[in-house]
Amino acid sequence: MKEVLIRLDRCLGCKSCQLACAVQHSQSKNLVQAIGETPPPQNRVHVTKGEINPLPVQCRHCQEAPCVDACMTGALHYDSQGLVVLDNHRCTGCWMCIMTCPFGAVTPGNSAKLAVKCDRCPDLAQPACVTACPTKSLVFADPADLAKEVREQLAWQVTQQK
Amino acid sequence: MENKYCHQSCDPAAQKMLKRAEELNIETVWDRYAAQEPQCGFGQLGLCCRVCSMGPCRVDPFGDGPQKGVCGAGADTIVARNLVRTAAAGASSHVDHGYEYIQALKKAAQGEIPYPIKDEGKLKAIAAKLGLSAEGKTKEELALAIAEIAAQDFANTGEEPMKWVTASAPAERVEAWKKLGVAPRNPDRDIRSALSQTNIGTDADPVNMLLTAVRMGLVDAYGGLHLTTDLQDIIFGTPTPVASEANLGVLKEDKVNIVVHGHVPLMSEKLVEWANKLNDKAIVAGAAGIQLAGICCSGNEILMRQGVPIATNFLSQELAIATGVVDAIVVDIQCIMPSLTTVAECFHTKVITTMPIAKIPGATHVDFNLEEADAKAQEIIELAIANYRNRDKSKVHIPQEKTSFLGGFSVEAIVGALAKVNAEDPLKPLVDNIAAGNILGAAALVGCNTVKLTQDSVHVGLAKELLKNNVLIVSTGCAAQALAKAGLMNPAATEQYAGEGLKAVLTAVGQAAGLNAPLPPVLHMGSCVDNSRIADLLSALAGYLKVNVKDLPIAASAPEFMSEKAIAIGTWAVAMGILTHLGPTPQVLGSPIVTGVLTDKVEELLGGKFIVEADPVKAAATIINHIIDKRQKLGLTVPQA
Repeated sequence: MKEVLIRLDRCLGCKSCQLACAVQHSQSKNLVQAIGETPPPQNRVHVTKGEINPLPVQCRHCQEAPCVDACMTGALHYDSQGLVVLDNHRCTGCWMCIMTCPFGAVTPGNSAKLAVKCDRCPDLAQPACVTACPTKSLVFADPADLAKEVREQLAWQVTQQK
Repeated sequence: MENKYCHQSCDPAAQKMLKRAEELNIETVWDRYAAQEPQCGFGQLGLCCRVCSMGPCRVDPFGDGPQKGVCGAGADTIVARNLVRTAAAGASSHVDHGYEYIQALKKAAQGEIPYPIKDEGKLKAIAAKLGLSAEGKTKEELALAIAEIAAQDFANTGEEPMKWVTASAPAERVEAWKKLGVAPRNPDRDIRSALSQTNIGTDADPVNMLLTAVRMGLVDAYGGLHLTTDLQDIIFGTPTPVASEANLGVLKEDKVNIVVHGHVPLMSEKLVEWANKLNDKAIVAGAAGIQLAGICCSGNEILMRQGVPIATNFLSQELAIATGVVDAIVVDIQCIMPSLTTVAECFHTKVITTMPIAKIPGATHVDFNLEEADAKAQEIIELAIANYRNRDKSKVHIPQEKTSFLGGFSVEAIVGALAKVNAEDPLKPLVDNIAAGNILGAAALVGCNTVKLTQDSVHVGLAKELLKNNVLIVSTGCAAQALAKAGLMNPAATEQYAGEGLKAVLTAVGQAAGLNAPLPPVLHMGSCVDNSRIADLLSALAGYLKVNVKDLPIAASAPEFMSEKAIAIGTWAVAMGILTHLGPTPQVLGSPIVTGVLTDKVEELLGGKFIVEADPVKAAATIINHIIDKRQKLGLTVPQA
């Protein structure tokens, strides 16, 4: 199954993913209109400063997600594909998910006391953040393919004549 | 002193005020920088193009994504275009500043404005360099003739270089620039042409555009810096050595504090005059008098000519207001943070804007103009005095740090001090000591602060390393203010920081000049436009030695630059043939060609090049090696390792 994966050395911190994510989660799904909407749309991916490269952080849709375990109303649950999704109607805004998520990928809503997190863009063939990424740091791929790419890079590097 | 603020600023007063700002929940430039991080990598590399509306376009530096903008421009074209436009904007700032003085000199000469022509000596010197005869002319007639030549430079439709270039730059340099086709002809036309060249679908050749960047540096230098310094000296006087103090401790709890901030002293000189005249009104208002203090180059201008103390430099401008004792901060143009009015809201402080092109929402605007200069200056001072009673005493928090220092080192002042050693041949003692190796060489530390590096730390760290190695330092701008705050501009600093050779020379000159103490090891030569003074000094030295500026054992450095103006000035320094160090990395690394030319190939063409190094100790080592290399080429002694 395809996941949103990150090529760690590629992120330049331009935040195009954040912008595209917010637009995709707006009412209009259009940048020009979205900037005037109330409440303002929120991004679910967060470009975060790292030691050398920035890191786009978002929900990893864990298999045994701490946030799902901690969610006492069952608002956070797994869908048929195994994605971690949120049922707004059942969310009480207790923030157990925020407290337990090891990635800090769940954030409070700006207009209602509801958790906000990546829903993997269910209406799109490829998540908006991935499409927006100009350096292809964010990729929508099978993890096995990325692993292969990492191995190939490694092989290339270690066999290079010094 | 290790505290949590020492990574933001190495200035102890700024550290204390950062703590104070945090207590009061005042947002500063450091907070906004943290909020901006991580900053966009495309912008940092210069790879984002917003020139036309088919964009914005970005080139992927990793090669996977797009390699060309919509129009077809690749990384090299985009980076070069951005650099030219940055340099053109920087040059525009200084040229706009200089242009004000053409009008001012003309009106002053015709008696239309309350600005007497103060410096007849400088007037004659400038007339002489422009080839004007002073014979039989009144000073007003001569001033008018000078203003006319300046105006003609802005009306030149031909290809010959500006008069101000040929009159100010060494002939060898003018020839080199003419050969490359980069000698400025007319500042307005050259800037317009640079914008035209970098429009969509005009120039795509990065090297051709880099030549235009060089021209922008020269436009900045001669249509901006030299023109401005020359005319400002004529109107306000050429600086002479003056004792003053630097840092926020100069603000007084019992006085009406007026902080002057910006770059053009037409207004601030008048404020000094009217602060003196209205001092009694401040006393009537219950204060002990009026205390003026400066930030950035308007501060440097009135320091150099009037001895007005320095409050602080660029990065800590908001912190000056956080002392709670600034009754008015009066600003003109450039480097004024729009956030000043937000910080001022937490206090009684009035932010007063004065220029038609520099207004800030939330500020009080006084439409300062030359014709009504006296009335407007009086109005500003009276606004400040009236605001004194609104001060909330519970919010007063002045850090005690202040450092005494000497400023006012114009070329005339330096030559004057040297003349006390050798009246016949003033440059001889300096040159002899350079030749003998007592002075290894000289470096100019200039430019801004940037939030990307610990405030003042690169300025101070680099200066201390250079002094230890007997490199004499001249300084301007916020760099000079950093070094003044750090106590590097007084005689004690010579004892403490200068190497043995340098110390002996400075002591001898100081004694001869009647200071009864050594000359400071870092000479404050003025504002950023006064980088022209540094060039004049170098030209005089090169002329005396009968070598070219590019052969001198010298270097330039903008250790903490941030402004577009610094890009233009730095490019000029390279065009003068000077090795030019930058602390922060300019936004060009996305283009291998542009980066390669600026840091390497340009040396063959012009004699200078850029080096980038944020670590002051490593930067000093590179500069010292460069100076030693130049000494070797001149056949001078070199220190044994």
